[in-house]
Amino acid sequence: MPHPMPPLAIRAYTATSALGRGLDAHAAAIASSQGGLRPNDFSSAPLPCWIGRVDGLEDEPLPPEWAGWDCRNNRLAWLALQQDGFAGAVHAARERYGASRVAVLLGTSTASIGLTEEGYRRLDDGRMPADLRRPMLHTPHSLAGFVATTFALEGPCLTVATACSSSAKVFANAERMIRLGLIDAAVVGGTDTLCDSVLFGFNSLELVSASPCQPFDAERAGISIGEAAGFALLERAVEGEHLPLLIGYGEASDAHHMSTPHPEGLGAELALDDALTRAGLVATKVDYINLHGTASQKNDEVEAALVARRFPATTRASSTKGFTGHTLGAAGILEAALTLLAMRDGVVPANLGASVPDPLCGPQMAWQRETADIRFALSNSFGFGGNNACLAFARAGEPA
Amino acid sequence: MSAALTVWVKGVGLWAPGVANWTSFLAVVNDSAAPETATTRPTADVLPPNERRRAPESVLLAAAAAGQAVQMSGYDAASLPCVFASAHGDQAITDYMCTTLASAPTELSPTKFHNSVHNAPAGYWTIATHCHASSSAITGGEATFGAGLLEAATLAVADDRNVLLASYDIAGTGPLGEMTSSTGPFACALVLSPHEDRSAMRLNLMPTVGNSAHEPSGDPWMDAVAASNPSALALPLLRALAHGRPTALRVAAAQGLDLHIDLEISA
Repeated sequence: MPHPMPPLAIRAYTATSALGRGLDAHAAAIASSQGGLRPNDFSSAPLPCWIGRVDGLEDEPLPPEWAGWDCRNNRLAWLALQQDGFAGAVHAARERYGASRVAVLLGTSTASIGLTEEGYRRLDDGRMPADLRRPMLHTPHSLAGFVATTFALEGPCLTVATACSSSAKVFANAERMIRLGLIDAAVVGGTDTLCDSVLFGFNSLELVSASPCQPFDAERAGISIGEAAGFALLERAVEGEHLPLLIGYGEASDAHHMSTPHPEGLGAELALDDALTRAGLVATKVDYINLHGTASQKNDEVEAALVARRFPATTRASSTKGFTGHTLGAAGILEAALTLLAMRDGVVPANLGASVPDPLCGPQMAWQRETADIRFALSNSFGFGGNNACLAFARAGEPA
Repeated sequence: MSAALTVWVKGVGLWAPGVANWTSFLAVVNDSAAPETATTRPTADVLPPNERRRAPESVLLAAAAAGQAVQMSGYDAASLPCVFASAHGDQAITDYMCTTLASAPTELSPTKFHNSVHNAPAGYWTIATHCHASSSAITGGEATFGAGLLEAATLAVADDRNVLLASYDIAGTGPLGEMTSSTGPFACALVLSPHEDRSAMRLNLMPTVGNSAHEPSGDPWMDAVAASNPSALALPLLRALAHGRPTALRVAAAQGLDLHIDLEISA
């Protein structure tokens, strides 16, 4: 049913994660296959696991004019927005198009719930302590509200919270709004920060590994949770500009189970087909796939089989969760940024963390870093509740 | 003013305290019927009995309203992309999670955790209806209903498909409840079609700069419910749909952005 879509230009993009601040730090880590996981030193009670933590957030409060929005999640978002000239690109878009013609469409799974947790740890006579009585932070819209406020944007402002597909799906929201002429540009992306809810939540589901995660390894023992923020500025593509392109996206539901994927990857494959159709692309043209690859038993089993049956050996595939941990609602945008870097630099990231390949994996898997000419690439993001998304990108300079 | 988006309303669903479905709401709006004083659990027939017993309040509420709207539309739920909108998600579960995490984090219930995700209603709904189409879970803060309506209509027109929108919020509890100021449950649902249907009411939607103030309806019950949570800000539109008369109104879609709605009735 979907039709090929007019591509969108990615005017600017950035990411901040356990690998560092901004694109150069990420490119350097990928080039040297150096991951950013560390033993858990975050949760309010001991939990033996590994995490992808961003250094320095504790010491860098928001600027005074935004102090009311201060919390770990917004600090990370703010930090990311200052990298790679991203904030400047948004200001320029606002000047060019007007405040109401630029949307803010962001994904998150838990937003600033870490602050709500803190409030409950130090309740004041059964109420939120006075310094945390800030309603705009005790709600999942806190991230998008913060970003729209700091840029003084007055276009559509939406939070997508579909767990681990959140910040991939926002590319689709933006494409629809731009195609229909509702807006001229969109700030998409997302932020999720470490908090007890996700560390102890995934632990309660027995999905957290005690050792660093090993995506697609035969002996994998679960996920490592990380935090990240990333953003992209999307606009209509203009002939002759040398910018990377969003050329397709797919969205589909498993309709199977709340916390385990469909055993045959039905929703994931529907999302893949949707993305290929909108991109006008066939599987044999896909040079690289950044996999969801969480290192959970079920996800990797289903995704490995999907890649093995749908793509030729020339398509290279890897999960970058071994570098960053699973950054949940920020995984879509973080891995979109890593995919764009892979295309820019001609480097296929290593599938870090795996030593004994799961026999279900096909020849597409890039166990070690490779150099390659990557013109077209996909990024997979699958979430709880069977919520699947797949993004398709073209390298700068490729014919749209 | 030319509309940015035009959609036809093929189905409507509603659950409010004392008004368990759209038919009862029509009686309240058009026949001055009094809402029930006793509030019953939302009837979410779409969910299998096991799920209905175990599902948290947010899921029941969303599924009850969505089920009514889809039934009225006559469409197969499996064919409908869906947008589930909620300002605050399941606040009772968030309150439980934060309470447990503060005292005994390793005792967190895995079921409560997977029910805590904002897309739990979308997940339960797509599982129950065997829907493989796209599903989304969104929030727009206080402007959640308008943001959800804009997103659902955009999806319907952009992909030329009928789309289900459900918007729901429950009462807040504990220290969190004081922050969200949500005092009661409310859910509504719309099935929107991009295809002209002269027997259906038409919505012309236009994003419009600025936020207009909420105008009281003059009906104390309606105004109290509208003030109880962000999803209930759908009530002026729902009342206009219940009246079935051409109406112009605005709902907030974001900070600084309203959705101007012209409701039109085919001759």
